[in-house]
Amino acid sequence: MTTTIKKQLHRIDLIFKHEDDCKEILRNALSRSNQELVNEMVNSGLKGRGGAGFPTGLKWKLTAESNEKEKYVICNADEGEPGTFKDREILSRVPHKVLSGMAVCAKIIGAEKGYIYLRGEYKFLVPELKKELRKFHDILDELGLDFRVEIFMGSGAYICGEESALIESMEGKRGEPRNKPPFPSVRGFKGKPTVVNNVETLAHSYTILKFGAKKFRDLGVKDSRGSKVFSVSGDTPIPGIYELELGMTVQDFVDDFGDGDCKAVQVGGASGFLVPRKRFGKTTIGYEGKLTGISLPTGGSMMIFNSSRSMYNVLNNYLEFFEEESCGQCTPCRVGCQQLLKGIKAVKRGEKPASYLDQLLKLTETMKLTAKCGLGQSVANSFSSIVENFREEMIY
Amino acid sequence: MDFHEKLVQDLVSKHGRDRENLLPILQGVIDQERYLSEEVILKISKEMSIPAADVYGTASFYSFLDIEPRGKFVIRVCKTITCAMKGKNQIIQSIESFLKIKVGETTIDKKFTILQTNCLGWCHKAPAMLINDDVYTELTPESVVDILREYKEKN
Repeated sequence: MTTTIKKQLHRIDLIFKHEDDCKEILRNALSRSNQELVNEMVNSGLKGRGGAGFPTGLKWKLTAESNEKEKYVICNADEGEPGTFKDREILSRVPHKVLSGMAVCAKIIGAEKGYIYLRGEYKFLVPELKKELRKFHDILDELGLDFRVEIFMGSGAYICGEESALIESMEGKRGEPRNKPPFPSVRGFKGKPTVVNNVETLAHSYTILKFGAKKFRDLGVKDSRGSKVFSVSGDTPIPGIYELELGMTVQDFVDDFGDGDCKAVQVGGASGFLVPRKRFGKTTIGYEGKLTGISLPTGGSMMIFNSSRSMYNVLNNYLEFFEEESCGQCTPCRVGCQQLLKGIKAVKRGEKPASYLDQLLKLTETMKLTAKCGLGQSVANSFSSIVENFREEMIY
Repeated sequence: MDFHEKLVQDLVSKHGRDRENLLPILQGVIDQERYLSEEVILKISKEMSIPAADVYGTASFYSFLDIEPRGKFVIRVCKTITCAMKGKNQIIQSIESFLKIKVGETTIDKKFTILQTNCLGWCHKAPAMLINDDVYTELTPESVVDILREYKEKN
């Protein structure tokens, strides 16, 4: 049994509150050695804030170690997880912090070119971002860093948030995930070593440079260090963006954000896990115990459902999403999503017995083991956590 | 040189002939035409020396690169969970009855198309929709009609 960590909800505001001139922080960062900067990132304990949680310092270190001359930094702004909207807020309110994170990464790994892969749905951000880029390039010229950032527009494909699919898309192809290894840090955009980081990860990199690794590391618990920007939606009186310390339980979260009638919380969007009320106090939000299901990693999406919601409708909506957004490349995901959707509808209509749900749970196990990328593998998360906890709502 | 030929040539000379410029070129056509016709796909294929099936295969992968004719204003209503919880169906009904078409259809004057789309990233201000690139949030069946009325006036 994994012991859970009780932690009071602690609101932090490192990313949005401190409006400052990024020039001084960048000047200071650029005057330090690459080794020193990488150590700072590693020591901070920062893990990728897109959801997967790969250690950021290590990613930068691996890419820096490559002898290839041409390298790239890509900011993954293809946020598409249902329930997530934090990256849009970060990009519209503090874009210079994201760009500064990219610039420091570029210095460390030796890249001269960077891209923001912006989802098609956020095209309205482009004029402001371009203005910001012009100012930022002037600062880099002044500081003597040879690094240029361009915006690359996505065109409406959830799978392009997966880093290798994102790279395929940037190369003018269908956004289908690549086989891994090799990872992008070895063979990324145009076959060259590439760092792909989420918008929030880059913004945190900046706050780490500003406040120091220790301040970041002192926040959170065990393997979940620092703060995290959460996108809160659903049945809550205060939907929006909140930067919170990692390590809280779902109960802590519900106490602050619920409407008093909270039945379940979906942690991590449609590809995450549903936590029923009986497990609010036992479930921590963070990276520990990823495999036990007691502690849940998340890209920040928190969807709250109160007792008026049908969990069948929720699951049906998620499955329709996955069925449409599966890239179709591998059979477990393409056919699996279709069958799960057909399956729950058949049980609901009484065309299949309730025991058919167990067959579908087996199918999600197969998808988890055999799907090529995180999309197909993660369908099992919401499916099993909803079906197991709200079985009667699937049937009647 | 006809209009499409010029459009494709302009975009290709602006972005370049390399494969990695295919998406910006397809997006450029969408900005002008709202969809990728067979004619345009063949012209891009020829200009960039990429098989037409490959251009089509890439275009059809992305939900914003439409391969069938769309109206001047493409309305995309978010259908993902929070928008669904906050009344997306009533919004769609309101749009359908105002424009007198169904989801997936285009008005006879080619001005509006109604589509549904996956998460637009405005879950805290649901229900939300895009009209071309513009975002509208916290919609009500009444407010959506007011918005559409303004678009009806536009040329």
